[in-house]
Amino acid sequence: MLAYYIDLALRSLKRHKALTALMIITIGFGVAASMTTWSVFRAVSGDPIPWKSSQLFVPQIDNWGPAGHGPKDTSNEPPDAMGYTDAVALMRDHRAKYQSAMYQIGAAVTPQRVGQHPITAIGEAVYSEFFPMLDVSFKYGSGWSAADDDQRAQVAVISSHLNQKAFGGGDSVGKTLSIDGHEYRVVGVLGDWHPQPQFYDVVNTGGFSQGGGNIFVPFTTAIANSMNNNGNTNCVESPKEPGFVGLQKSECVWIAFMVQLDDAAAARQYKQYLDNYAAAQQQAGRFNWAPNNRLRGLMDWLDYQRVVPSDTKISLYVALGLLLVCLVNTAGLLLAKFLRRSSEIGVRRALGASRREIYTQFLIEAGMVGLAGGLLGLVLTAFGIASVGWVLPRDIAALARLDVTLFITTLAVAVVATMLAGLYPTMRAAAVQPAWQLKSN
Amino acid sequence: MDILPILATLRRHKITALLIVLEIALTCAIVCNAVFLISQRMHRMGMPSGVAEHELVQVQVVDIGDRPDAKARGEEDLAALRAIPGVKSVARINQLPFTDSSWNNSIFLSPTQTQPTLNATMYFGINVLQTLGTRLVAGRDFNPDEYAEYRDAIRDPKLTPPVVVITQALAQKLWPGESALGKTIYFDPQTPLRVIGVVAGLIRPSLSEGESAAQWGTVVPLRFSGGGSYALRTAPGQRQRVINAAVTALKTLDPKRIIRQQRTLDDARAEFFQADRAMAGMLVGVIVAVLLVTGLGIVGLASFWVAQRRRTIGVRRALGATRADILRYFQIENFLIVTLGILLGMALAYGLSLWLMAHYEMPRLPMSYLPMGAFALWLIGQLAVLGPALRAAAVPPVVATRTV
Repeated sequence: MLAYYIDLALRSLKRHKALTALMIITIGFGVAASMTTWSVFRAVSGDPIPWKSSQLFVPQIDNWGPAGHGPKDTSNEPPDAMGYTDAVALMRDHRAKYQSAMYQIGAAVTPQRVGQHPITAIGEAVYSEFFPMLDVSFKYGSGWSAADDDQRAQVAVISSHLNQKAFGGGDSVGKTLSIDGHEYRVVGVLGDWHPQPQFYDVVNTGGFSQGGGNIFVPFTTAIANSMNNNGNTNCVESPKEPGFVGLQKSECVWIAFMVQLDDAAAARQYKQYLDNYAAAQQQAGRFNWAPNNRLRGLMDWLDYQRVVPSDTKISLYVALGLLLVCLVNTAGLLLAKFLRRSSEIGVRRALGASRREIYTQFLIEAGMVGLAGGLLGLVLTAFGIASVGWVLPRDIAALARLDVTLFITTLAVAVVATMLAGLYPTMRAAAVQPAWQLKSN
Repeated sequence: MDILPILATLRRHKITALLIVLEIALTCAIVCNAVFLISQRMHRMGMPSGVAEHELVQVQVVDIGDRPDAKARGEEDLAALRAIPGVKSVARINQLPFTDSSWNNSIFLSPTQTQPTLNATMYFGINVLQTLGTRLVAGRDFNPDEYAEYRDAIRDPKLTPPVVVITQALAQKLWPGESALGKTIYFDPQTPLRVIGVVAGLIRPSLSEGESAAQWGTVVPLRFSGGGSYALRTAPGQRQRVINAAVTALKTLDPKRIIRQQRTLDDARAEFFQADRAMAGMLVGVIVAVLLVTGLGIVGLASFWVAQRRRTIGVRRALGATRADILRYFQIENFLIVTLGILLGMALAYGLSLWLMAHYEMPRLPMSYLPMGAFALWLIGQLAVLGPALRAAAVPPVVATRTV
């Protein structure tokens, strides 16, 4: 029976070629536009570390108090980043399973090869626990040890990109790099690890950047070697002393912090610890206000920092609007088409076809339009994703890609949406009274 | 021509007509808001910088490690750059427009104020105003003896020269309706600065503080040798040659340094607004697509109605209706449907705008966009219906005498 309906649908669609083409094209267009933007949206709003994001938290400590808020700012949110004093205190207390303070560095790197020119590399100064905390994958070697942190060892982990540029690839563990004039020993080369967004330090990277994450050195070593902060620094008052040392002694905030806490109880305890810490600072006279801390989960944090560009969200809505218009359009065309066939339906009903069979027949016809539209949409989506580069910023466009999920979603959206649009027209078609139709002819 | 028969016919195709009305309403809402979004982006992209954009190039060098002789090396660089033929003026400036990273300072109006009035960007270096080509509208530029070393000023705020040049926008914001010359601002309680000049405009290198704060700028007479960029001013046609010559000259002085950036300020602007341009382009694409889909939808439905009413049309023609009558019938029918859609669409557009305002810090959709959207849809509707209507008008009266 199904084959018969498909045959009927094909005949009907062939009879009105222009109209059929019109429906297919509109569905294809609508689906392609929404799928292309959705693929970008999925890429930028997705969970960068799905297996672990629920265990990662970002603590915030209010070291500014009321002075940190402008006259119109009523949010009472603590600063987005940490000052040096608090970051080092939290590292020393070591209350989470893993934790790392970090700040962005930009360094001139010279490999120890004759005739090599220096390369600029952007990366992070982190603690040793950064690597196990974020499940960083290594191609060669590994991260450094806690002892290296303590001894301010001159060790570095480099990305495979920098490895290629500096050493021409290969296992470079044990080789030496000169970073800002100091000699560092390479202990690890990263595998294919460049998460987007760069969730570990969104305060300084803004989330999406192609250039960062190329070199990692111990936080303590970077401080000892006076590697300046390459990211943002925010102050409510100027540092009392000049230079990098002055910055460290000031209440300026410039350090990102992340901790791993395995369950809700651990998170509660850590929050309690933060409040106790702030209370102690209040007692010591450093803070003139009650503890005002936050401990946000990673996904909350990314949302709070508005890592997903609002441009991307707006374009998603615009594309969904376009899809809606296309669907209403298809519904209108299907309705007109089905209603014109009242006499045909009348004859079929008179010959014994039940309402249900009419339903099936017309829904199959709508579904076939949807499928064809979906196939066209798929081609257009592939085209859209390929050309998204000159419509969206390069860093973000590079993340959109066509995969099996997108492939299936596109087809499903097209078929389901068209069948939904065909539901009312089909209902009207099935309601046709056979006797009346036969008589009027 | 009477509208009533048209309405009577439409009542018999309620749902189909309603679907078209809905489609037009959605299109109207999308087009109005999309055009508004585009106009906002265009406005942002056309933001004036206050500098001689077409005459400036930026060359940024990064030195390796700390250099104790930075000041002497800086002088050497400047001398070499000045010697390039065609270079009108050179400056080493802490920041340049459109570089997306801004040096901001809190501004206080009295030393006892606890919270800053606002924050403004701070440009410094020698020859900043002259090289950037900012226009002085009041007061004067700095005298050569007013400059101090940035390194000294940061070590001891008292060494900061007590003079500042500010932008007109900042002057207006701080002292509305008054002359800013001779007034005092504070970066912090120990650092009073007297306003000696006002420039027409000088854009903040980053728009992260919002567009309204884009022109709040200060220039202070500090000499700068570590970091920043070289800005070179030359004739527009000479820019590429000057960039190449500058890079060669800087590399000759120290082959180990890294040239991080070498571009014209026009390129910097284009790159800075890339996302806005992209968004505007995408929205144009959506507007075209949505109008096309709606137009084609109208063609499809109108064609159907014409085919369905062939016999009726034939009867009307046989009873004396002219071709023009039939043509007008379909045009008026379309006009009615589109108008209904537009009315609904305006309400929808407005609602959508309110929602965007609440969620995305967007300004309210100006009313002037609504008639524009309405006009576009009327036009599309009439164009789309023309073909089917002409076909309807071509139905001969003899059809009335035939059975279908």
